[in-house]
Amino acid sequence: MTSITPRLLPPDPVTGRALDLRSLSAHEAHFGPAPGVAVATKGRPGSLIDEISASGLRGRGGGWFPTARKMHAVVESAAARKALSSGRKTVVIANAMEGEPASSKDATLLSHSPHLVIEGIQAAAATIGASNAYLAVHRGSPLIPILDEVLAQRSGIDRIPVELITPPARYVASEESALTHWAGDGEATPVYGARPFQRGMNGRPTLVQNAETLAHIALIARNGGAWFASAGVPDAPGTTLVSVGGAVAQHGVVEVATGSPVTDILNRCGGATGAIQGFLTGGYGGAWVSTTALQTTTWAPDPVREAGGVIGAGILWALGSQHCPLEEIARVAMWMAGESAGQCGPCRFGLPTVADDLATLAGRQGSTQDLHRLNERLALIVNRGGCKHPDGTARFISTGIHTFHAEVAHHVNGHCSASSNHFALPIPAGRAVPVKRAGKDFR
Amino acid sequence: MNHPRPGLSKLHLDPTVCDAHGFCAEALPELISLDEWEFPVFISGGLTVEVPHELIGEAKRAVSACPVLALRLSKED
Ligand SMILES: Cc1cc2nc3c(=O)[nH]c(=O)nc-3n(C[C@H](O)[C@H](O)[C@H](O)COP(=O)(O)O)c2cc1C
Ligand code: SF4
Ligand code: SF4
Repeated sequence: MTSITPRLLPPDPVTGRALDLRSLSAHEAHFGPAPGVAVATKGRPGSLIDEISASGLRGRGGGWFPTARKMHAVVESAAARKALSSGRKTVVIANAMEGEPASSKDATLLSHSPHLVIEGIQAAAATIGASNAYLAVHRGSPLIPILDEVLAQRSGIDRIPVELITPPARYVASEESALTHWAGDGEATPVYGARPFQRGMNGRPTLVQNAETLAHIALIARNGGAWFASAGVPDAPGTTLVSVGGAVAQHGVVEVATGSPVTDILNRCGGATGAIQGFLTGGYGGAWVSTTALQTTTWAPDPVREAGGVIGAGILWALGSQHCPLEEIARVAMWMAGESAGQCGPCRFGLPTVADDLATLAGRQGSTQDLHRLNERLALIVNRGGCKHPDGTARFISTGIHTFHAEVAHHVNGHCSASSNHFALPIPAGRAVPVKRAGKDFR
Repeated sequence: MNHPRPGLSKLHLDPTVCDAHGFCAEALPELISLDEWEFPVFISGGLTVEVPHELIGEAKRAVSACPVLALRLSKED
């Protein structure tokens, strides 16, 4: 089998657009029928885990954690706990919450190749011996009717029926402990110190995987681990979905082999629409990188990290030179502050304070001391929350201050180079936040 | 990353429970200060701090001073 790209989103040979494979017959005509997957027995995982291990698959939800290792951990803690008492089985939760506003890869995947994700859930559930399986999309998601229909087509086929769950559309609701909390108790807040692979939904060992990760598992079950690893870089193999946005001709999702040059990804999106002053990688919990550093690198976890960025959930977003980076960062910081679950001091009080500091700087009212104090506050916010929400937000802000340091200095001196009066970074509808815009009449 | 020696005590903070009463910093100022919102900051940063033997008594006092049980003292870990 050759290493075809794309794998998850195969294109229509005529239009070049991703095929609509929502009907089970179209799906099976393209990918072939789902293979049988060996079931976990006596505390040992099914044999697919060896193929997943050989594939080198790493999670696509942001952390790039080795998938086979997480599956082993779930099975081991279930086995250990069974010896103690409960005897209750493990759980699989597919994370398609897509909390990052600049991400659309999971929605694109689920609206074009939804059966791959469901088959991946089935395969993972069999492999870890799960008795319940859930697919989480956020409340109000346009995917809900699509997935209801897809799941209806599969009734009687799936060994473990997949239940659609719809936690609230909040950024931290998609963090894995918040997700298991919601599935078990109907509360969408992160649980400090919880390790879902040990104690997840209702205390049961729970495997939380991103939707894309599960779709890759469905193809590994068909084609094997060596096939999977025949694309991409050795330490993070396969293809991966990238949500590309901002100052490029065509926004959207592209599937590339890991290790593809960033310039190739941009070219697949029609290239830049103008001068780019920097890139956001990984989303609002990610990191800003200078244009030169990012355009000379390749799209895989290590090289992107070396360039100062983070792949995270696969977001690549170009900020055009006409926009004010401080206004953009201040506005997103304010939104991220509002998305806090409000449980931890550094998150609940720290994030609004740094967002205010940024608004002051963006409004050209900030001094060098204000900038200094902002940097001190950012350093004090990290590693002190119950989840990584404040850490990701602080990284988004501090890498922005670093990447756009010249423009920051310009603002401290009372100037702003922006010419556009539109915000560029997306904020989900209905949850927009105002930013103080001293001396500017922006919309 | 600090590698704890076996038998060493550590103090853990659950940030989702802590209510910024600040009693812990009074009881154990050597290891805990307060940020501008009066939430505790360990000298090591993070949510865990190693407690030297001579401060075990004070650390125990800090744990029992916390009205919401946000602190926990453990051996090894
Ligand atoms: C604040 C926060 C938000 C997150 N949002 C998402 C999300 O929207 N989708 C997702 O798949 N993972 C998200 N994650 C990561 C999940 O906690 C979890 O690691 C992931 O779903 C595991 O899947 P994977 O191993 O397949 O990557 C988030 C993490 C944090 C800390
Ligand atoms: S760090 Fe913030 S989002 Fe995370 S648990 Fe604490 S309050 Fe909630
Ligand atoms: S005494 Fe308890 S609630 Fe008060 S600051 Fe210390 S840990 Fe937090």
